[in-house]
Amino acid sequence: MGNLLEHMGVERDRVHFSWISSAEATKFVDVVREISEKVRALGPNKKFVKDYN
Amino acid sequence: MDTCIKKIRALAADLLDKGEVERVIGFAKGTIPMATSPIAIGSKQEIEKLVFNSTCGLNLANFVTKQKGKTAIIAKGCDSRNIVTHIVENQIKRDEIYIIGVPCTGMVDKFKIASLFKDEITQFEEAGDTLTVSSLSQTQTLNKQDYLRENCSLCTHRNPVLYDVLAADLVEEQVLENPFPDVDRIEALDPDARWEHFENLTKNCIRCYACRNACPICYCPTCFVDEAGPQWVGKGQNKTDVDTFHFLRAFHCAGRCTDCGACVEACPMGINVRDFTRKLNKDTLEMFGWEAGLDLTKRPPLDAYSPQDPNDFIK
Repeated sequence: MGNLLEHMGVERDRVHFSWISSAEATKFVDVVREISEKVRALGPNKKFVKDYN
Repeated sequence: MDTCIKKIRALAADLLDKGEVERVIGFAKGTIPMATSPIAIGSKQEIEKLVFNSTCGLNLANFVTKQKGKTAIIAKGCDSRNIVTHIVENQIKRDEIYIIGVPCTGMVDKFKIASLFKDEITQFEEAGDTLTVSSLSQTQTLNKQDYLRENCSLCTHRNPVLYDVLAADLVEEQVLENPFPDVDRIEALDPDARWEHFENLTKNCIRCYACRNACPICYCPTCFVDEAGPQWVGKGQNKTDVDTFHFLRAFHCAGRCTDCGACVEACPMGINVRDFTRKLNKDTLEMFGWEAGLDLTKRPPLDAYSPQDPNDFIK
């Protein structure tokens, strides 16, 4: 799915996949931090955004 | 290819005569030139209605499920692969169908031929690889191989993979250096250009769902776009909704699409819907060594687990 999104022009760092157990608090923090940094670096998403107006 | 229609008719007449099948699903002449439509023949008297030529681009595997009694089907390479997929996905049992296999040399791209003419095409004849196409103002003689649909020119499974009887001799399979030049062209673009490519691709989409309805593997009783509770995707012409439909439909076909081209054939707006599914076909071939519909004993890759499955996408 990530590959097809990337193929359509959605940046690879925009979509992340992870498996985190409820007991893995530190992994959760690490993953969220990494995702936040990568997405912030990309800036706001303009693709696949529905304009309701 | 047109000569094998005699054999197809003889085989179909024999099957109906002996009562071995209830119906034969094949192609009939369309209501306009250069077109055919699917037909189910139930008696020997209708046998002359069956035709087979280079305009039989739809996929008949779409019509073999949910039939009562045994059905015979005329199957090109791609149709046969979709029959295999149907059997693997428990949509039909092998003994419920009788497959009349037709080795295929490709179907023609009707939009490409029509673009050669300023006015409407009134006649389409073929003899071997020579096509004679006429409109009111002119007649052109074309070489079929130059006007194949893109999926046919890139096809490596022209012969049926599963059949009970063949209507013609097997043809030589193509060996391609690169089976995915179209995907590579898009992959070479940067992300914004890729997005623009797909935005332009779907901009004429009228949400008629002809692509979905023509697709043999799109057989969900309620498609996600028709679902009202919850409504997964808007039903109008909103660009994001249109893109969501195409993106998700393609993903539902991952590892199951045989690149038969029925979606493109059915599209009234000439959208190359395959640009979505082709990427997934390339990925499944590279990641799982998988091509859909070749083996009755194997489940599609997204339907099966193996410890060897690539998992570098997940953290």
